[in-house]
Amino acid sequence: MIIAQQKPLAKIEEFLKDYKKVLLVGCKGCVTVCSAGGRKEVGVLASALKLARREQGDPIEVTEITVERQCDTEYLDPLAEYLDDVDVVLSMACGAGVQFMAERYPGVVVLPALDTTFIGVNEKAGHWGERCQACGDCKLHLTGGICPVTRCSKSLMNGPCGGSVDGHCEIDNDVPCGWQLIVDRLDSLGILEESYEKMIDTPDWSTSRDGGPRKQVREDLE
Amino acid sequence: MSEPFEPRIIAFCCNYCGFAAADLAGSMRLNYPTNVRIVRIPCSGKADIKQVLDAFLDGADGVLVIGCMEGDCHFISGNFKAKKRMRRAKQILEDAHIGGNRLEFHNNSAAEGPKLANLFNEFTQRIRELGPCPGKIDIDIPNAVAEEPNTQLAD
Repeated sequence: MIIAQQKPLAKIEEFLKDYKKVLLVGCKGCVTVCSAGGRKEVGVLASALKLARREQGDPIEVTEITVERQCDTEYLDPLAEYLDDVDVVLSMACGAGVQFMAERYPGVVVLPALDTTFIGVNEKAGHWGERCQACGDCKLHLTGGICPVTRCSKSLMNGPCGGSVDGHCEIDNDVPCGWQLIVDRLDSLGILEESYEKMIDTPDWSTSRDGGPRKQVREDLE
Repeated sequence: MSEPFEPRIIAFCCNYCGFAAADLAGSMRLNYPTNVRIVRIPCSGKADIKQVLDAFLDGADGVLVIGCMEGDCHFISGNFKAKKRMRRAKQILEDAHIGGNRLEFHNNSAAEGPKLANLFNEFTQRIRELGPCPGKIDIDIPNAVAEEPNTQLAD
């Protein structure tokens, strides 16, 4: 899922300093699961904003709503009825949701309440880790299901660099070396010899961000 | 001359410890200020950040959350969860310019009536010294003084 975290309250307050009526929109997708922008977080942020603005003698009116997803226009359409009564929309979706909201309502100021951080997993309660960089050319079949693009700090394709010490990456002792993880995994699967000895081709980064904004089309779904 | 400030304090008390301790304090004829309004909750782990923030929005000047002693939670870990959540709530209150020191979490067993009464006294005094919650809009809520029982029989 997409992982995000709330911006500091002071920053959100700064965004909203000229506005009196806010529509605070949560998303029931990824950001609900990572406890950043679901119904509960919408409620907490709304109350915090009201308290902060009341303290400054400039009360703010916050309308709370949480939609199924902000990355699908069908769930954004019903928000139209709220927009006449507000000055601004504060979205608690990921960056994609905020942008899609802005596209759907060109005449409305849409502001982000979250910082989108990465595509990752819930490692344990309250801990999230990055697992995918959406490079567009998945290599997990070659590396025992561990991504060298994401888990190796240098995105190396054919083994660790000299900075791998005792299974840790040189950037931080708390970061496991991606290639150590891959080698250990291939070894435990009993396929180290045949897999690790194969050279992985130089990646075609045009499928990643290097190719500019990406699009995907499926005619059968149009 | 205006009346001296009397804080309004909400105490979210776990049914198995804080609430029972408040009951014990009463049975022991111990006094604690009428400023404290108790909200009984099934476990301190039920106390939510939103509830705490909304208590301040609705006119509280201070909030207490009382959970069981560590290792004694009826629901195993509710008090640990509450402690962490209240730490975060304190940070949010700080960020919202209300002040994290207006919220406190305490462990208090059901047998510690005197300790709870003492905490209520001390916390009320601390909030009294801090003054009203910043930006508080005075909401007319009747004081927590028991009404005179209606002893007249219906005709």
